[in-house]
Amino acid sequence: MNKIKVSVLLVLIVIAFLLDVALGAVHIPVKAVLQTLFSPAAADDTWLYIIEKIRLPKACTAVLVGCGLSVSGLQMQTLFRNPLAGPSVLGITAGASLGVALVMLSAGTVTSLYTIQELGISGSWLIIIASSLGAALTMILIVAISSSLKDNVIVLIVGVMIANITFSLVSIWQYFSAPELIKDYLIWTFGSLGGVTGEQLIILAVVVTTGTLISFFSSKLMDALLLGDNYARSMGLTVKRARLLIIGSTSLLAGGITAFCGPIGFIGIAVPHLARALFNTSNHRVLIPACCLIGTVLMLVCDLVAQLPGSQTVLPINVITALVGSPVVIWIIVGRNKLRGF
Amino acid sequence: MEKGQPLLQINDLVVGYRNGKSGGRQVAGPLSLSMHAGQLICLLGPNGCGKSTLLRSVAGLQPVLQGTIEIEGERLDKLSPPHIAKKISLVLTDNVRSGNLDVHALIALGRYPHTGWLGMLTQKDREIIALAIERTATAPFLSRKLDSLSDGECQKVMLARALAQDTPLIILDEPTAHLDLPSRIQLMRLLHQLAKEMNKAILISTHELDLALQAADQIWLMSEGRVTTGLPEELVLNGAFQHAFDKDGILFDTATGTFKLQHTIHHKIMLVGDGTLAFWTKRALLRHGYLVTDEPTGLLITVTGLPEHPQWVISKNNSHISYTQLADVLAALL
Repeated sequence: MNKIKVSVLLVLIVIAFLLDVALGAVHIPVKAVLQTLFSPAAADDTWLYIIEKIRLPKACTAVLVGCGLSVSGLQMQTLFRNPLAGPSVLGITAGASLGVALVMLSAGTVTSLYTIQELGISGSWLIIIASSLGAALTMILIVAISSSLKDNVIVLIVGVMIANITFSLVSIWQYFSAPELIKDYLIWTFGSLGGVTGEQLIILAVVVTTGTLISFFSSKLMDALLLGDNYARSMGLTVKRARLLIIGSTSLLAGGITAFCGPIGFIGIAVPHLARALFNTSNHRVLIPACCLIGTVLMLVCDLVAQLPGSQTVLPINVITALVGSPVVIWIIVGRNKLRGF
Repeated sequence: MEKGQPLLQINDLVVGYRNGKSGGRQVAGPLSLSMHAGQLICLLGPNGCGKSTLLRSVAGLQPVLQGTIEIEGERLDKLSPPHIAKKISLVLTDNVRSGNLDVHALIALGRYPHTGWLGMLTQKDREIIALAIERTATAPFLSRKLDSLSDGECQKVMLARALAQDTPLIILDEPTAHLDLPSRIQLMRLLHQLAKEMNKAILISTHELDLALQAADQIWLMSEGRVTTGLPEELVLNGAFQHAFDKDGILFDTATGTFKLQHTIHHKIMLVGDGTLAFWTKRALLRHGYLVTDEPTGLLITVTGLPEHPQWVISKNNSHISYTQLADVLAALL
């Protein structure tokens, strides 16, 4: 049964991936896409350029983002036993935003302005480094606080509060900044899958793969955590160590993705629920790969929708994930029988 | 039965909570207790006397203030968490009904300390899980989700999970709470059987005094930071129960092993009659403040007839009035 589901998902991924590469401002027939991918020498030069430099990196980014955010969302939901937890609950995304805001809004600093304008917003190393630092610092803060806390619920509350503090710092910064700088920052918060190319794509791939592997290796720990801290402890789990591992890989995934693509919401909350409903299990050894597959499909579809096939406009990816993700979250709250209690 | 080395040996144990500066709060101790394989021990005591704290300490969930706990001759504080998990399994009062878990997955989680890093089940694991399911009769709801179970079913499933953990000692914290009477009796019977047939040491805390008296091999009676141990019968006879639960308006009846409401007595009444009818009439009278005696008082009640067609006659100052409803009798007396 699971084999059929996995095969269907894999087929969906291939279709969505090809469509994602084919559709856009310039329409490239799927046949030509296949030809370009498998025998680049014989391909049309313009199409080759578009596919190699723009479409393929963007589709790959979508795959990585879909996997990473879904897995980190699953980890947070399990760790905090809370159906509405997601990669952003611990304030890691907020920390990344603060880093970016610091760079973008430090009004008039010639270097930052210059860098942004020369390199564009989403492809800028400066932004990536600022964002990674922001995420890493928040993570270190949360880990430091949480290592002295026994109760995961308190860790959750601390995380949410740190996110709030961080966002208000960003707001203060915005309040004192020039409108054009705020606009740049706002565009960053819309998220973008484009602009992650070459070396950056490789780094993102390494980050997401590492995070997902850590997560998969801790799947047994997460199974035990489903029963709550006390039962987990009674089965021999060292809860604090497991928590560090889970928070660590979530930070890596969510922090890394936010750094490269901006904050992308809802995928992390919605996909784990879809995975649980589709595979009807609580076993993380199954759920983590399932999240990767479903997250990939959903992210590619979101990217397809964002391109508004046939039009020149590209909508911000965050708007689309929210449009697709929110109904799923509502469906969860209203409570399908399968999802009751989680 | 109490032969050889005890499975669990507790020496001069002081349990409580450490608070950084103030040095902590001592809940109970020093306690010295021991427990053998095949024993079902019930930990009884009034609310707030420290039963859960003691159980949590014995389970290694919280550090002890003083003293030692040894299980199978090894000191608990010297064992690593995975090692402890192979010796002690728990059934707690924590809510577990979340996480999309189905019953089989939950019972299989009991194998957690025994499986490899990915949690794959071996043939042996499957056999032990099957045995745990069989012993607890949980097979009918294996594929159901936890949140669809009743409290009684859920408790059985949690017990099955503990059995699957395959430990010599199982600790249950108030397993009979929230259960209806048949489920409570069923569970106690099951625990008793498991202790005898699988040679498990089972330690439970409970408020079910009458069930504990019937099922327990030994009782640990906890009050005011001390634990009195003994056979259920011994503790009844030496008045330990009455002492532990000594509160106004509660009377421990050593004749029946149950607690009784102590009614305030306002009047005396003589009752003539016998059998079921007389017994229940006495109960009703007692509840309304009448002490029933066999000696003549100014008030006499005569009970006649069959339980289906009763008749009561109240005699007072040479007047005799008869009634067919107990409610009317009580109304007349009040």
